[in-house]
Amino acid sequence: MLRIGLDIGSTTIKCVVLDQADTILYQSYERHYSHIVEKAAELVRRVREEVGADRAVLGISGSAGMGFATACKLPFVQEVFATRVAANRFAPGTDVIIELGGEDAKILFLTGGMDVRMNGSCAGGTGAFIDQMATLLHLTNDEMNEAALKSERLYTIASRCGVFAKSDVQPLLNQGARKEDIAASIFAAVVNQTIGGLAQGRPIAGHVMYLGGPITFFSKLRQSFDEALGVKGVLPENSLYYVSLGAALYSTEEFDLEQVAQRLEHYSAGADFATNPPLFENQQEYDAFCARHALATVPTAPLADAKGAVDIGIDAGSTTVKVAVLDSEGTLVYQSYQPNSGNPVPIVRQVLLELYQQKPDIQVRSATATGYGEEIIKNAFSLDGGVVETVAHFTAARHFMPDVDFVIDIGGQDMKCFKVDKGAISDIYLNEACSSGCGSFLQTFAQALGYEVPQFAKLGLFAPRPVDLGSRCTVFMNSSVKQAQKDGASVEDISAGLSISVVKNALYKVIRTTRPEELGRHIVVQGGTFYNEAVLRAFEKEMGVEVIRPTIAGLMGAYGAALFGAGRAGKGQTSTLLDKKGLEDFTHEVTTTTCKGCGNHCQLTINRFSGNRRFVSGNRCEKPLAKAGAGESLNLYEYKRQLLSAYQPVAGARGKIGIPMGLNMLELLPFWHTFFTHLGFEVVQSPASNRQLYLKGQASISSDTVCYPAKLVHGHIAWLCEQPDIKTIFYPCLTYNLDEHLGDNHYNCPVVAYYPEVIAANCRCLAGKTFLYDYLGIHRPKDFVVHMTALLQKHFDGVTKREVEQAAKAAYAEYEAHMDRVRVKAQEYIAKARERDMPIIVLAGRPYHLDEEICHGIDKLVCSHNAAVITEDSVALLGGRQKTHVLNQWTYHSRLYAAAQYVTTQKDMELVQLVSFGCGVDAITTDEVREILHRAGRIYTQIKIDEITNLGAVNIRLRSLLAAIGR
Amino acid sequence: MPDYPIFTEQMKKTHTILIPQMLPIHFALLEQAMLQAGYKVKVLDNDSPSVVSTGLKYVHNDTCYPALLVIGQMIDALNSGKYDVDHTALLITQTGGGCRASNYIFLLRKALVKAGYGQVPVLSLNFSGLEKDSSLKLSLPLVRKVVAAVLYGDELMLLANQTRPYEDEKGATDRLVAHWVQVLSRQFEEGKGVNKKQMAQNFLAIAQSFQDLPVTRVPRVKVGIVGEIYVKYSPLGNNQLEEFLAKEGCEVNVPGLLGFVLYCVANTEETIRLYGGSRLAQWGAHLLLGWFGKREKLMIDAVKQCKNLTPSAPFTETMRCSEGMIGRGNKMGEGWLLTAEMMELEAHGVDNIVCAQPFGCLPNHICGKGMMNKIRSVYPNANIVAIDYDPSATRVNQENRIKLMLSVARERLLEQTEKNKHPTEQKTAQPVTV
Repeated sequence: MLRIGLDIGSTTIKCVVLDQADTILYQSYERHYSHIVEKAAELVRRVREEVGADRAVLGISGSAGMGFATACKLPFVQEVFATRVAANRFAPGTDVIIELGGEDAKILFLTGGMDVRMNGSCAGGTGAFIDQMATLLHLTNDEMNEAALKSERLYTIASRCGVFAKSDVQPLLNQGARKEDIAASIFAAVVNQTIGGLAQGRPIAGHVMYLGGPITFFSKLRQSFDEALGVKGVLPENSLYYVSLGAALYSTEEFDLEQVAQRLEHYSAGADFATNPPLFENQQEYDAFCARHALATVPTAPLADAKGAVDIGIDAGSTTVKVAVLDSEGTLVYQSYQPNSGNPVPIVRQVLLELYQQKPDIQVRSATATGYGEEIIKNAFSLDGGVVETVAHFTAARHFMPDVDFVIDIGGQDMKCFKVDKGAISDIYLNEACSSGCGSFLQTFAQALGYEVPQFAKLGLFAPRPVDLGSRCTVFMNSSVKQAQKDGASVEDISAGLSISVVKNALYKVIRTTRPEELGRHIVVQGGTFYNEAVLRAFEKEMGVEVIRPTIAGLMGAYGAALFGAGRAGKGQTSTLLDKKGLEDFTHEVTTTTCKGCGNHCQLTINRFSGNRRFVSGNRCEKPLAKAGAGESLNLYEYKRQLLSAYQPVAGARGKIGIPMGLNMLELLPFWHTFFTHLGFEVVQSPASNRQLYLKGQASISSDTVCYPAKLVHGHIAWLCEQPDIKTIFYPCLTYNLDEHLGDNHYNCPVVAYYPEVIAANCRCLAGKTFLYDYLGIHRPKDFVVHMTALLQKHFDGVTKREVEQAAKAAYAEYEAHMDRVRVKAQEYIAKARERDMPIIVLAGRPYHLDEEICHGIDKLVCSHNAAVITEDSVALLGGRQKTHVLNQWTYHSRLYAAAQYVTTQKDMELVQLVSFGCGVDAITTDEVREILHRAGRIYTQIKIDEITNLGAVNIRLRSLLAAIGR
Repeated sequence: MPDYPIFTEQMKKTHTILIPQMLPIHFALLEQAMLQAGYKVKVLDNDSPSVVSTGLKYVHNDTCYPALLVIGQMIDALNSGKYDVDHTALLITQTGGGCRASNYIFLLRKALVKAGYGQVPVLSLNFSGLEKDSSLKLSLPLVRKVVAAVLYGDELMLLANQTRPYEDEKGATDRLVAHWVQVLSRQFEEGKGVNKKQMAQNFLAIAQSFQDLPVTRVPRVKVGIVGEIYVKYSPLGNNQLEEFLAKEGCEVNVPGLLGFVLYCVANTEETIRLYGGSRLAQWGAHLLLGWFGKREKLMIDAVKQCKNLTPSAPFTETMRCSEGMIGRGNKMGEGWLLTAEMMELEAHGVDNIVCAQPFGCLPNHICGKGMMNKIRSVYPNANIVAIDYDPSATRVNQENRIKLMLSVARERLLEQTEKNKHPTEQKTAQPVTV
């Protein structure tokens, strides 16, 4: 009897047929483009023909096969389990299997306690992720592999999920990084993600086997795994078919194949899915809608008819390059909108050359750049200036509708929304890297389902039952779409549903609104995504308001930049833009290097253009640019770091004690250092964090969704464990923090309070060390002495209560003195900033945001805009205890509310909140801080940070804030 | 003066109090107890997709899923037109402590204002002294009924889970549960069923009635469900997890509510032990634990008398299960209890566990996912899967992961059944000591 195994995954369907001796008679591997059931039926018939058998044993596996296998009464086996079955038969002796699929990553430990691991719902796809990245790089899969093999260096790319990685890759492209290096970095990111997310402290060693599509197709990926694991893994024959082999072997049921095919064909899902009302009820409604929006136009004329000198606006966006040219009367005489193909420079050059060719006598008054590529374009072609994208878009929108209340711009990668009050931006909302449900998101799905974007959008317009997909990031959306398909939703319903979800994402995640009235009645929507009529319609329906969508919606950034340039231009100005000759002789060369200016070790990309123009990117401060700074920078983060680094080990009779410099230790070091030094211990701190330190501890991280500051602790512990002379490591559990009387209670958050438990349970390197992670209460000094004495007496001889009492006294005093030093310094900086008329930014986060690996040099970035940076704790006491609309019970978070309140009383202070991705408590604090600032009519700016190292998006936020307050 | 409406004594007569569903059996009894105390109450059963979309609209989307669901369910109910919104109040539980869940009531008030229901008063059910002006006042008779409801609810849930997969007549178990809810409600009405003696009688009668239900016992995969309290229990929160596992042919084992109540009491005692504080409060908590322990023992003893039924472990044993694993000072969210429950399940031969938590649940990074390696080092056979729940985490994704856990479980069950056929080779699972 023959055995057939079908593996129906998220993107492909795989089939094998085995004879009695388990020899493969037939195999196939193809994409199913979501026509899952049809494809499966066709495949069963084909197999029947090919092998000439009417009956066979049949088994199904794979995430997409799960639903209908049960419904069609066909035996189903979970895919990871199937892999194991196949491995036991075909590759005995294997210790560990690493399998990457379209959207899943799995690690199977076969020996020494069987264990199977699969990525959680957040870690995102791997195959689909690489596909996405290849599209972004404009490479085929083979080309990507080829390119990666020629890499010279690696960039750090966030490995948490595809959306994050994309926002790392895009700016790298725009800054001119080599595709070869990016491709290799992407593979390295996949490897990190797999190991970091799935190993969870268990070593991967012995006979390692690689399975699945991506790992089969990309030799560089295997190489990256080998390097990271320090093993030589094996790619077996039939590495694509292990799941289907397992399904074939596992099943015992025999079927008539024709009957199976028929059963599959008759299978129809119950069409049981949550729906939204249709976008348009009928054609008339649609026609009226189109007619209304066709009215929002600008005057245009051919370039030849341009009157006077022109203003050029260039918007080098994340996925497209837009150029607008206005003549002296403000008529749009030229426009261009095209994909940036991963490098905007040659495209802009081409467009500019075309301008010179079409109108040889063209006189350029100004040329202004905006968008992700603003800096490189400005430098490459010697433009007059640049403008932050938010301001460019606002300028354009206001030109369209002088009394505009609200502007929403949804581009390829970004979403920018502003509230306008009295003709000025009064609030800015930008999407976080995690909710990038924008244009490129729709594009990804359109392509996955085999359509072009415009065609795909059209499909949705009259869909009878748009699927309700919620409003989440792309990764979640992938599985929502899969589920909808399984439930029988049509492509039309899915298309409409996706458009609606883009809108919901903008409204409920980015803007956080619930009522249309909050946004005002005069709304301009723009950005390429609003060309999509389904999105436009969904927006109007969701908000219950008719909006203006300019016919040049996708060009608004460039249009606004041109207007901005025109407004800036002096009388009779001539642009500094390269002339025709300069453009023809234009050259562009890219080199990379590592900056040695400070501990950050930024990876710099140096662009050299003809005429000795140069543009350096990748830096987080001004140092490598060798610009003369405006004297000392007023950076309280730097000051706090200096204070901490002053606590050096002092040799003592009781030996060394190691302290991991993570989470709350960045605030409590003065306390513990003093305490233990007094008792005669030599306190050794782990060094400042960096990427290498993180990687050192990565494999022992037990939860892939915990915040980055917590994950870093694993690295600090690993470092301490490597020091042979450190026998004791101290990292206590602290339910309560010190009470600063700013809230109703003084808790630490659960992660800060109890992370030592995770360390104790997962860091194998602690074996042989004494790890002290007891529960201590520093908030009750007298009880602290009693409990601490008991604890120390358990581990060390001759510790007396009196000694501990004195040490504790000194420790509390030192802690107070330390906090005082910070507060005093803050006042000094504030005074200096006022003298120099600098804006003062309260960069409000947590003590651990001091860590440069966590805040990625954002403090220095703020300073580079000629602003002073102070911390939330330095002014919290001045703000005092706040009456909040939330339970105010965490010490660190109470400071945020108090600092926000204080900022509202100071005209020249603004608050920027740093939020670590995955911080659950900040879902509460961000809303509350925003509310405190809004009540006083102040702008709220939030910066979400994770492993991400690229500061492009952060810079846009900061520049927008500074522009909005008139700096 | 607070800037939100307060539930006044008069409102008891005029207002209907809506309660979000969590544990269907327990809450049915609690609903009766409150009705009898003169409150007009209604436990919500709306669970359409609009619950989630309403939640998404009015609650910060990164807030934990239970908050989003509970608030979504309440506002969805207010939107439904079934209730006179000027004469409706809402009840929400508050456990207090360093978990962000203590903030639900604030988020609910914010959401109500946003949704245009600023007039609706919110009541807090808590035992931590929070929300002094808005907490539900519990009279002594009501407290006694609430305590009884928790215990009866736990017994019914426990025995139903042990019987339902094996019942000869489909639906018989659920009918028996419904029968008992009715009987107990009637007793409550008459002021009965709450003292020690009557409880002992009821516990035994309940256990015997389950024992008498005709069943056919076949080997089935046993799956424990632990996790964040709301998604662990609420079918709305966990995508009907129990129903899914039942369909897959499993016997589920869900630790009872009493454990969580006692965990909260024990934490008061432990906090003072660790950090100092009022000896009186510490002693009070200790006495309370002892008092509950006696009631709990009645239930356990009753179930013990019945063959084929397994009682839950006493709380003192659960506490012991945390030893050497996690500090009992870990008291945010489900804290040490979650780890202890997993250890207890493993110790009682329930190797297969679904650990359910809201996506991004902070305490569970520590006491759930953070402890799994350590649990496996003690019980190498531990087959635990952590499942995240979230407005958009799809069922396909969750079920696929659960199915993986079940495949391993079934294979082991098969091996075990084979071994049992040859009893000479039989070995009992012994924990490895490390």
